[in-house]
Amino acid sequence: MTRTRSYIDRNLDPDEDYRAAASSKTTSSGGGGGSGGAAMRVIVPLQGIVQGRGGLVLGSVIPCALFYFLRLYLKRHRSGPSKTPPPSPSSSSDQLTDVSTGVLQRSLSRAYLSPRGSAAPAHVSSRAASVLKDGDSPYFVGLKRFQEDPYDELANPNGIIQLGYAENKLCLDLVREWALANGRHAILGDELSISWLTTYKPFDGLMKLKLVVAEFMSQITEGSASFDPSQLVLTAGSSTAIEMLTFCLSDPGNAFLVPTPYYPGFDGDVKWRSGVEIIPVPCRSADNFSLSINALDRAFYQAKKRGVRVRGIILSNPSNPVGTLLKRETLYDLLDFVSEKNIHLVCNEIFAGSSHGGEEFVSVAEAVKSEDCDRSRVHMVYGLSDDMCLTGFNIGVIYSSNNNVLAASKKLSRFTSISTLTQQLLISMLSDASFVQNFIRVNQKRLQKMYGEFVAGLKKLGIKCTKSTGGFCCWADMSGLIRSYNEKGEMELWGKLLNIGKINVTPGSCCQCIEPGWFRFCFSTLSEDDVPVVMERIRKVSESCKSLG
Amino acid sequence: MRLIVPLQGVVQGRGGLLMGSLIPCTLFYFLQLYLKRHRSPKPPSAPLSPYPSPSPNLSELPRSASRSNLSSRGSISPARISNRVSSIARPNSSLYYVGLDRSLEDPYDRLDNPEGIIQLGLSENTLCLDLIDEWMSENLNSSLSEGDGDEFGLARLATYQPFDGLMELKVAMAGFMSQIVGDRVSFDPSQMVITSGATPAVEMLCFCLADQGNAFLVPTPYYPGFDRDMIWRTGVELIPVHCRSTDNFTPSITALDQAFNQAKKRGIRVRGILICNPSNPVGNILLRETLYSLLDFAREKNIHIISDEIYAGSIHGNEEFVSMAEILGEEDTDKERVHIVYGLSKDLSVSGFRVGCIYSFNENILAASKRLARFCSVSSLTQRLLVSLLSDSRFITRYLETNRRRIREVYDMFVGGLRQLGVKWAEGSAGFYCWVDMSGLIRSYSEKGELELFDKLLNVAKINMTPGSACHCIEPGWFRCCFATLTPEDIPIVMERIRRIADG
Repeated sequence: MTRTRSYIDRNLDPDEDYRAAASSKTTSSGGGGGSGGAAMRVIVPLQGIVQGRGGLVLGSVIPCALFYFLRLYLKRHRSGPSKTPPPSPSSSSDQLTDVSTGVLQRSLSRAYLSPRGSAAPAHVSSRAASVLKDGDSPYFVGLKRFQEDPYDELANPNGIIQLGYAENKLCLDLVREWALANGRHAILGDELSISWLTTYKPFDGLMKLKLVVAEFMSQITEGSASFDPSQLVLTAGSSTAIEMLTFCLSDPGNAFLVPTPYYPGFDGDVKWRSGVEIIPVPCRSADNFSLSINALDRAFYQAKKRGVRVRGIILSNPSNPVGTLLKRETLYDLLDFVSEKNIHLVCNEIFAGSSHGGEEFVSVAEAVKSEDCDRSRVHMVYGLSDDMCLTGFNIGVIYSSNNNVLAASKKLSRFTSISTLTQQLLISMLSDASFVQNFIRVNQKRLQKMYGEFVAGLKKLGIKCTKSTGGFCCWADMSGLIRSYNEKGEMELWGKLLNIGKINVTPGSCCQCIEPGWFRFCFSTLSEDDVPVVMERIRKVSESCKSLG
Repeated sequence: MRLIVPLQGVVQGRGGLLMGSLIPCTLFYFLQLYLKRHRSPKPPSAPLSPYPSPSPNLSELPRSASRSNLSSRGSISPARISNRVSSIARPNSSLYYVGLDRSLEDPYDRLDNPEGIIQLGLSENTLCLDLIDEWMSENLNSSLSEGDGDEFGLARLATYQPFDGLMELKVAMAGFMSQIVGDRVSFDPSQMVITSGATPAVEMLCFCLADQGNAFLVPTPYYPGFDRDMIWRTGVELIPVHCRSTDNFTPSITALDQAFNQAKKRGIRVRGILICNPSNPVGNILLRETLYSLLDFAREKNIHIISDEIYAGSIHGNEEFVSMAEILGEEDTDKERVHIVYGLSKDLSVSGFRVGCIYSFNENILAASKRLARFCSVSSLTQRLLVSLLSDSRFITRYLETNRRRIREVYDMFVGGLRQLGVKWAEGSAGFYCWVDMSGLIRSYSEKGELELFDKLLNVAKINMTPGSACHCIEPGWFRCCFATLTPEDIPIVMERIRRIADG
């Protein structure tokens, strides 16, 4: 939180606002009270000039003007506004200190030695420095640790098991089967030569692919929503789709409301390059972490009071990490809320096709259709990585009815276009209707089975989970195992799970969950044989916790 | 004596001098603060309408206002998009993009549409597509197959891969880049970040090196796309540094120095120089000495150098290309300020595959870029295929040679045609462009005359060339012609069309 706040312009500091109000009040009342004073010797600046009739005006204008120019001068001769706070000595980040101070001292001395000597070290922008700093959250640390020492049943049985990355590996065999059956045709499609693929194509995606993606998306919603291919923009991954929407909908210093717990990647997608703030809107376990309009309303007004403009709401449906689906009524309420406040709604539906609890999934595209509301403020993000088990392909989708947003996104897609080779393969794959149908069905069944097994395993250990019906994650309450009921206790447990239990999970604090002790387990990267191993490891950690406690 | 001064009561007495100046100043400061906070942030460029309005589209305003009264759930005002994007959402204004759009609507085809627009504006090389095609048809399956005898290794590729590129691809790219510069430098794969094209690579570097409101010096004429890559999302300014035809458009340190000092006077921080070597649009190669003096300049001013070397493998003249990486000494402070952008779109004619890279010596820039690579990652399928393609050293050697030869042939034919027409051009030895001096054909020696000629070429002669003004060239009458999409049969037609304009 503090980090977020300081990143925003320092002029937006709410305390300053308060001081400003207070001091202006005192001065004006003071001035009013003393104005009756008799004429006597007065020491005022610029006495010579301000005497006489023009005095009142000149006496105020001249100091003000001088002051104004002084500030202008200072502003122009000051180094660029540094948006990052100075590195604190307690900061564990080596990279950060390297950026700001470490290099400076070292290079300065070296410059004298060097024959061609340079004045100072090469500058890194302050926004890049803040990106560097952000990478030290447990979410990224865990991912990195896994890469260094990945578990393998045979080759590395003591390695780290990955439960921290929302990826689905349950249906890779189907993808493989399809590829084997279609082979060459998969990439070439009906074309005889590949050379047409290698030349420049529209950056926002081939029209053919947009057609099949739109078809696929409506298939996932079981036909209850239809998607217009001309309103699609294809991007290299859903992260970049969210970033692009953030950029289109808000200016630096603006904010988005995001219900917590939220997907840890949002922080990077929204803040890093767009300079936009995230205002977490806490949801509670007592409500099964469902979204309340009241909480949104409160957060909106608090931001307004701070002078921060809220430009929209970003949320995931099905929720990541909790795995719940938004109810139809909640969606309608949300649409009302965004209309009333004149803000946008960004709905991230990348897990739309991965619901597994038999509950009905309602896409925002469907809700917009049946509701008499302004469609131009509703934007949807989708991706093929998750629902089609194609993480490595990185395909994201923006779906919007706002022509300005579409026009801008199409132009911005030059920064994040997809290889035509991959597009062509996906056209072949998604056009294969029987494969797609079978895939969605089998995938949901397997997710359901795996989820069932995983939750049952946790239950045996006495760990409860929220009931989830979508996505790849299981949101577990491990507050019974933490020593102190706060973030520190949670991080301790996370460290134990990683170092002793050798499993990488995502702690709730990374998802900005306000209740300590919740953890996200992504079960869809596991095979069935892995589940007992994971449970055994958790048991080991939980026993060590209990014996200590 | 009676004085009329503000705050007379307060400022009387001994504290007067101090209080009398402080209080108005404080009030004024808070007034400014108040104004600043209650004003919406300034749009980065001119607003859509003469009157800045919160609505991106004025015409929408009255409609929605009336609708909201009718609608039961109606909203107060139309959905607003951000100020920074409203200029991007507008239709293209640069003639570079106008020409591209027009020629897409009505493309020339010898048989189907002989009266269509001939494209000389798109920087693409289609001269060697047959070689790529041949390779693909032979190796497509085997390059994607898994080691254990499976025909097609899609499943393995489908799982999570590092966003900044597969190590195998980095190794292959590094090898390819070294081969291009004649193995005088060896590129280190660990200093590389793979991106989806050179465009995001340029943007990412700009983002990492400069903050909003900072600037980069760019020798003109420069690639029109830089105005998008460097400015749109990063909020950075490009300061054109003019090069002249008398110097064959090579950047001069004096001009750079002048521009640097002028920017400083305006209170703008210059964070670096952006060069394109071999140059787009001129097609010349920077000499080794020029590179040294650029580096000296950058060191002296403590700024960065971004060197876009995307045409490094497309040399068709006899000059030798020297990479920025080659002239770097052992000194760390030198290395930390040099960043190279490369891509396979041009040299390998695979622009549709969208593969570029950042090559930097600066640890911080590399670390930040690796994190940002999640926004522009390349599909693993494409990466795998390119690993095989680049590792086939026999093919690559043959390809590079053939490509150079074919580019030279078309270039020679093109300038031969120009010579017959009596049109001059700037001597170039790399890339896909001919930088043509058509100042003899323009009616008034000004930008207006140039635009008139552009219009005539596009609408009457039906050829799309990029006018020099789109590349920020200060001398009017220069045009960029990309010849690498032409077949030998097309060239006489192009010349005939230019002749018609010259005669008319």
